[in-house]
Amino acid sequence: MRGRSLISRRHAVLGAFCLCCAPGLSRSADESNSVKTTEIARGIHVRRGADEVASAQNKDAIANIGFIVGRDSVAVLDSGGSLHDGERLRRSIRNLTDLPIRYVLMSHVHPDHIFGAGAFLQDKPAFVAHAQLPQALAQRGEYYRERLEEVLGRGNAGPIVQPTMLVSDRTQIELGGRSLELRAHAVAHTSNDLSVVDSQTGTLFPSDLLFVGRTPSLDGSLKGWLRELSMLGSIHAKQAVPGHGPVRVKFASAASKLQQYLETLLRETRQAIANGVDIGAAPEIVGQSERKNWTLFDEYHGHNVTQAFKELEWE
Amino acid sequence: MGMMRRYFLIAACGLGGIVCTHVASADDEADARSERWAELQRAIFPGRTISEGAGVIQLDAPPRALDAALVPFTITLPSDKQIKSVVLVIDNNPGPLAGRFTFGAAADPRSLQVRMRVNSYTNVHAVAEDSAGKLYAVQKFVKASGGCSAPAGSNDEESTRNLGQMKLKLVSEFAPGEPVQAQLMIRHPNFNGMQMDQLTRLYTPAHFIRTIDITYDDQPVLRIESDISLSTDPVIAFGFKPSTQGKLRVEVTDSKEQSFVREFAVPAAAVSSTL
Repeated sequence: MRGRSLISRRHAVLGAFCLCCAPGLSRSADESNSVKTTEIARGIHVRRGADEVASAQNKDAIANIGFIVGRDSVAVLDSGGSLHDGERLRRSIRNLTDLPIRYVLMSHVHPDHIFGAGAFLQDKPAFVAHAQLPQALAQRGEYYRERLEEVLGRGNAGPIVQPTMLVSDRTQIELGGRSLELRAHAVAHTSNDLSVVDSQTGTLFPSDLLFVGRTPSLDGSLKGWLRELSMLGSIHAKQAVPGHGPVRVKFASAASKLQQYLETLLRETRQAIANGVDIGAAPEIVGQSERKNWTLFDEYHGHNVTQAFKELEWE
Repeated sequence: MGMMRRYFLIAACGLGGIVCTHVASADDEADARSERWAELQRAIFPGRTISEGAGVIQLDAPPRALDAALVPFTITLPSDKQIKSVVLVIDNNPGPLAGRFTFGAAADPRSLQVRMRVNSYTNVHAVAEDSAGKLYAVQKFVKASGGCSAPAGSNDEESTRNLGQMKLKLVSEFAPGEPVQAQLMIRHPNFNGMQMDQLTRLYTPAHFIRTIDITYDDQPVLRIESDISLSTDPVIAFGFKPSTQGKLRVEVTDSKEQSFVREFAVPAAAVSSTL
């Protein structure tokens, strides 16, 4: 235990160092063959994703990913944004433990969370996902892979890995001395969001149902997301690991900022529709008061307004 | 429809070429795009001459698609030339012939807006045909959207459940005898049939809208022949010339030979119509 905590302290220090000067360090980080993780609670190791869009430089390592170590086995959640990202995560795990990797969770269909899964095929884990993920992968997997290869180069995205264990409501998985509660959500951030609670430490992994600092991306249902966010609040988790942003936050305060963004989007998109604003013009009008609160606003906000418009114009 | 199929096949064969443009220089890419358009012209308008369309037809599109599943295109016909029809071509889409729009006697063809899927960086062409059979084309370059955006929606369930539901809104002031702008919304998933089930390696059967016929008191307004590029739950804004009271009738047929008909009393019922 002592050896492990020393290692994790070193990782914690490096992790913090990375956060404050990520751009300067990105090259050297890239040369290392494992990811820098922070042990945010006993046995829970998280790598902070860069608040950037996917690029050849960052290898799509833009989401928060990590792993949970139990007495008997390891669960990965999520696997990373590219084969390279997943391989580096796997080396980080192997630097810490030789326990078998029994589970690789796939929180939802977005490429920055699932394209690392290919790195874990050799471990023959259960690939665990929301029951709607196979359909979403069928519709989009190949498209995402092609777009990712355009960014990362031919052959660098990684294979499309199909889930082998589907969750349609709630279930538990056991790592030995600690169990993870999995919950399949109604349509929210996407049609296939899976969240996880580690009961031992009271840590919630909402994945992209929680964004902190980086502009959220809406790809399911705005009204549904607000409902699921409020439901997650009722879990009263001690801490949460958002899909993007710091590796550990208090859920309530972080969720309230996201809720404010989503409610602004809901209110102002409805207003724009009522005023006869065109879907093409709405992104410039709706939600501009939120710009100061989020990074990558120009990259994601317009898409969100379009999604909200499409949902709300049928009301 | 056989024609639409043929374009679809041509597009599929051309995909390799599109991929190559990504490793080529800017000049090579421009050359590849011109070549692509030349190829499409030969396929869609065989033996026809196409003139520069500036002043006859205008195409507006966002320079970068915000959502690959839903890119709004506005076609404006500012000139007093009699335009019979407009063809919209999204060069690098699988199924580049996105739509053919034929105006009828009760149409006000000056402004038309449609929402399309855009799969990758592409030129988009709008080609107008006047009453003398002359063709005029304009071009816009659209960059594909990034991030989690994808041409297939993630939540098609609602479209399938409410298949054929329609809404009509008047988006400009209604005055009898004066042209009015209307917005037609149709619930339809428009599955493009290119979605492979990774387990079975089978493709989801295509299910998309083929034609939309709009008439006003039996006078044709607009006929749309569409294909797999049309977005899920398509929304079409168009102009027509109503009298004091009349009926706007919409008939939609899809690739499963299903047909959906709705009638809207104008102006009275032009807000919403549910099944």
